[in-house]
Amino acid sequence: MFVDTVIEDKALHKPVFLIGLSLTVLAIFFALNFTNTLFGEFLRPVIGDPTESGFFGRFAVSLVLTIIFVVNLFVISFFKLKVQVAIVWVELFLLFLAFAYSFDLKMSFIQSRIPLMISRGLFTTIYISAISIVIATVIAIIGAIAKLSNNGFAYAISSFYTSLFRGLPLLLQLFLIYKGLPQLGFMVDAVPAAITALSLCYGAYMTEIFRAGIQSIPRGQWEASRALGFKFNLILRKIILPQAIPIIIPPTGNQFIAMLKDSSLASVLGVWELMYLARTLGQRDFRHMEMLLTAAMIYWALTIVLEVIQARIEEKYKQKS
Amino acid sequence: MDTKTNIPNNTEMTPVISLKGVNKWYGDFQALSNIDLEIKLKEKIVICGPSGSGKSTLIRCLNRLEAHQEGTIHVSGIELHERMKDIDVVRQDIGMVFQSFNLFPHLTVLENCMAGPNWVRGVDKSKAKERAILMLEQVKIPEQADKYPDQLSGGQQQRVAIARSLCMQPKVMLFDEPTSALDPEMVSEVLETMIELAKSGMTMICVTHEMGFARQVADRIVFMAEGEIVEQSSPEEFFNNPQHERTKVFLDQILE
Repeated sequence: MFVDTVIEDKALHKPVFLIGLSLTVLAIFFALNFTNTLFGEFLRPVIGDPTESGFFGRFAVSLVLTIIFVVNLFVISFFKLKVQVAIVWVELFLLFLAFAYSFDLKMSFIQSRIPLMISRGLFTTIYISAISIVIATVIAIIGAIAKLSNNGFAYAISSFYTSLFRGLPLLLQLFLIYKGLPQLGFMVDAVPAAITALSLCYGAYMTEIFRAGIQSIPRGQWEASRALGFKFNLILRKIILPQAIPIIIPPTGNQFIAMLKDSSLASVLGVWELMYLARTLGQRDFRHMEMLLTAAMIYWALTIVLEVIQARIEEKYKQKS
Repeated sequence: MDTKTNIPNNTEMTPVISLKGVNKWYGDFQALSNIDLEIKLKEKIVICGPSGSGKSTLIRCLNRLEAHQEGTIHVSGIELHERMKDIDVVRQDIGMVFQSFNLFPHLTVLENCMAGPNWVRGVDKSKAKERAILMLEQVKIPEQADKYPDQLSGGQQQRVAIARSLCMQPKVMLFDEPTSALDPEMVSEVLETMIELAKSGMTMICVTHEMGFARQVADRIVFMAEGEIVEQSSPEEFFNNPQHERTKVFLDQILE
């Protein structure tokens, strides 16, 4: 993005903005009413019993929260960008922890279940996603080339495919494959059914990404290649795809990340992946939040790993060109 | 170093390229009308005319980057038509230089030059490299061999594009406004390269507005307007004694 070279005054350093912001935030906090949460508890010395503090308590809690919020913003505004980012990340993470903590989690319960969640759940999630990603990529390359070809059959099949599989909810596709195929005489297990549905669905999305990537290469590259006497396959393999891949990588990375999380839909078929275990392990002891939050953290960590990998690959291609 | 070329050898008498009654339309718009043209081996032709006169379309029909709809185009005796099987064989023998260079940005200068011979002519890598370096020396930028096209100036890129075409050992070179996209100070280096090439006896067909180049190099100047060849003559005739009113108007405008 282009950042202008002229520095504007920070809005946070203008009194009018500060006052306006404070009043707005105060109104929002007041409307949301945090009196009966942890924050009310902290103010017990001032407002007495939160549940009976009434209008005064509600206002006092909102005011204190507003002051903390605005002062926090004001202080952060004096730091450099990188420091700002770090501080805000830490603060938001702490808020998330506070959110999790407010459920009165039983850590020993998490610790006793985590080995199974990782050895069975995480493992299954990763291998379903990994296989699906490979198949989806192959489908996408073939689909994109078919969509760009002059062959009527290829174009028709490919466009019908992308239209159908982008047009149905993934969950519905999953059921159609898992429940439908056995009725036609093809027995499918839950895992292959999940892989098939994920591959077909994401293959359809990625077909469009690959097609757009290939089409974004200037016409002149085709013309120069044709003028040298190159044939279609050679042009595609040696000239077009190497230039299209750096363009394709960022949106494809997004698809990979989305697919990783959509693999959780396999849980409805009873596949023992992360989501399924998160739902079932906690059920018996009514410890839902423990398991759901654990699964959430594992998914999040996996996504961060994928984001880092994606950034690395993008960086590599940037250096090359 | 000798590579087999695909087009049979011509004597100086028979035309390398001949067009008879060529017509081409884009929808209702007639881009080329009734083009008759013969180009002999080692001849240097400059095609000029106002923009939209069909000169680029004409030159792009010669290696069938564009399709003509009526008439015949023969290149070394091979007719170009939509059902031909060996268009790539013909194209390998016709070099083309574009206005926008069209170098392959993901390949180094050297790899750009080696690609054609290595991938489609079946020349092995070491020989292709040898020839590429020779051609880069001919266009006077051997020191840029390991750079990527984006790292070069426009003039350098266009010279690489010329070298890339020459590596295929073409029989004919087509130039489609090779200096139009260049900064003014880079035009001369590209023209010099083209003049050198002309001296070496290459058959050249150039669409260009560089009248100095036309005067110096062309055996024949073809003037086009509205898809037709209005007149063709030697440079002396063309500049000193133009026959048609349109040619006079064009020359007045361009030589002001």
